Amino acid sequence: MVKKQKIESGALAQSVNRAWVFDRVAKGIVFIGGISAIVFIISIFIFIFDQGMGFIAEDLKPGEFFGSEIWRPTSESNPTYGILALIAGTASITGLAMLVSVPFSLGAAVFISEFATGRVKEGLKVLIELLAAIPSVVWGFIGLSIMNPLIVQLFDVPIGLNMLNAGIILGLMAAPIMTTIAEDALKAVPDGYREAAEAMGATRWQVIRRVVLPSARNGLGAAILLGVGRAFGETMAVLMASGHAINLPTSPFDSVRALTATIAAELGETARGSTHYEALFTIGIFLLLITLCINLLADLVIRGGWKRRKL
Amino acid sequence: MAKLSKLLLPALALGLIGLSSCGRPAEGSGRSIIRNIGSDTLVNVAQSWSEAYGTVHPETQVAVSGGGSGTGISAMIDGTVDIANSSREMKSQEIEAAKKNGVQPLKHVVGFDAIAVYVHKDNPIEKLTLAQLASIYGEGGNITKWSQLGVKLSAKADNIVRISRQNNSGTYSYFKSVVLGKAGEYKLGSLDMHGSKDVVEQVSLTVGAIGYSGLAYANDHVRMVPVVNESGAAVGPSVESAMDNSYPIARPLLMYTAGEPTGKIKEYMDWILSDEGQKILRDKGYASVR
Repeated sequence: MVKKQKIESGALAQSVNRAWVFDRVAKGIVFIGGISAIVFIISIFIFIFDQGMGFIAEDLKPGEFFGSEIWRPTSESNPTYGILALIAGTASITGLAMLVSVPFSLGAAVFISEFATGRVKEGLKVLIELLAAIPSVVWGFIGLSIMNPLIVQLFDVPIGLNMLNAGIILGLMAAPIMTTIAEDALKAVPDGYREAAEAMGATRWQVIRRVVLPSARNGLGAAILLGVGRAFGETMAVLMASGHAINLPTSPFDSVRALTATIAAELGETARGSTHYEALFTIGIFLLLITLCINLLADLVIRGGWKRRKL
Repeated sequence: MAKLSKLLLPALALGLIGLSSCGRPAEGSGRSIIRNIGSDTLVNVAQSWSEAYGTVHPETQVAVSGGGSGTGISAMIDGTVDIANSSREMKSQEIEAAKKNGVQPLKHVVGFDAIAVYVHKDNPIEKLTLAQLASIYGEGGNITKWSQLGVKLSAKADNIVRISRQNNSGTYSYFKSVVLGKAGEYKLGSLDMHGSKDVVEQVSLTVGAIGYSGLAYANDHVRMVPVVNESGAAVGPSVESAMDNSYPIARPLLMYTAGEPTGKIKEYMDWILSDEGQKILRDKGYASVR
């Protein structure tokens, strides 16, 4: 009797011991997973700043870098590093992309959250997520081989690789993310709001316009900002669809060149440590800072909305 | 986390691009080394050859360095190199100097650096001079419309759409040196394609376009415009016209060996002239020997 009890307690102690070890190991693994993101982002920051710093410290002429449209990094007689045209390219494409994607994605979000039910709703959500999963090189290919001749035919312009092409492609690329986030924001509006409005005799449209959209304002704002971030950082599709020409655009039919596409096209064949290489990394730092700002802003917007609702 | 990853992805992509461009020096213990020095025109393709050859013949290492044709040729004269790359022929006094040192330089044509001027197949232009090309492509040049060259295209195609290459391409700098001269610069605003093939592709889709690219990339949807050479004749780009130097935007790519190559060097030279070696040459934007 005494012996049996002893064995049982021994087994218990052993299993507790094993569970404890397992628990600790699992905790350790999860911890490493958790901080890895921080480690990665810090190392990436250090890497990019380290590579670009040489240019910033020695060769950077801020007036030329931000004020000149002449980007001739490989010129033998007079290398010039001006990214004004590239900034204009990125900004114009992103702006056009937002013109395309904001109405589409907000409309889709309102439809999914307020009108669609059952299978239509689920089906649409799955399809939109599928749209987000299309690789950017495929989008670029669509821009290159479908949109390009289409734009030439429809608008009677000499070349279809231009701001319009890249803007539409980017708009379509950014729309799924914006729709998903906007739909989440609309879903987060308590049903009580809608019911109260309906009880007051408001029509469907009045409920959406006066109650749902205003109270989801911050989430929708964040959706648009994240869409901007997506369009801003996109590389491959822009490289393929924009024409990649250094231009200060005056019309949507001008070919333009984006900051990201310039890095992608030139970095691979540039001598490591050369001024050109460091200048490209400086563009990378610039891009990183801007995307960081956009993401922080989106975060603040969401948080602002969340706080207000809590009060 | 989702937001963080959005921030991370572009940065990661950047990092990867950076990493992929870093060279890996090979260890050469117990292997035979072929020393290959010279032309900067050839240095990229020579490096690719060396890398690809290393995967099929790991026992042979080809050590490639650039420095210019002159560097390769003087190393050949001194007998300190196995294969000298050059984008020009050795001068007779250089060959004499080499012979004095007991070296009998032997020329191998490994490819052609012939760059064709492409236009859309519906563009009837018969010929272009180098000056006209410079006026189309070069900074300060005033030809912007096909009608200025006497070519009638539809109104929307009249503006010349300049298709160029990214600024670190060999074709970009070679075309620049021949057409625009050492001090010349390209006009900004050209569509800068990332590959020789993309240039031809884009020209085939754009009626008003002009582009330059290796003649190996020609297809049925584009025309190669004959270019007027020094003796006043308009010559179309071809391997033959590149070979006999009558096409003005072409030159043979040469490799010199000390006498008839033997052993590992012969194997390497034969491999360069094989389909595999010539494919690498074409991939780099040059015309192959065959």
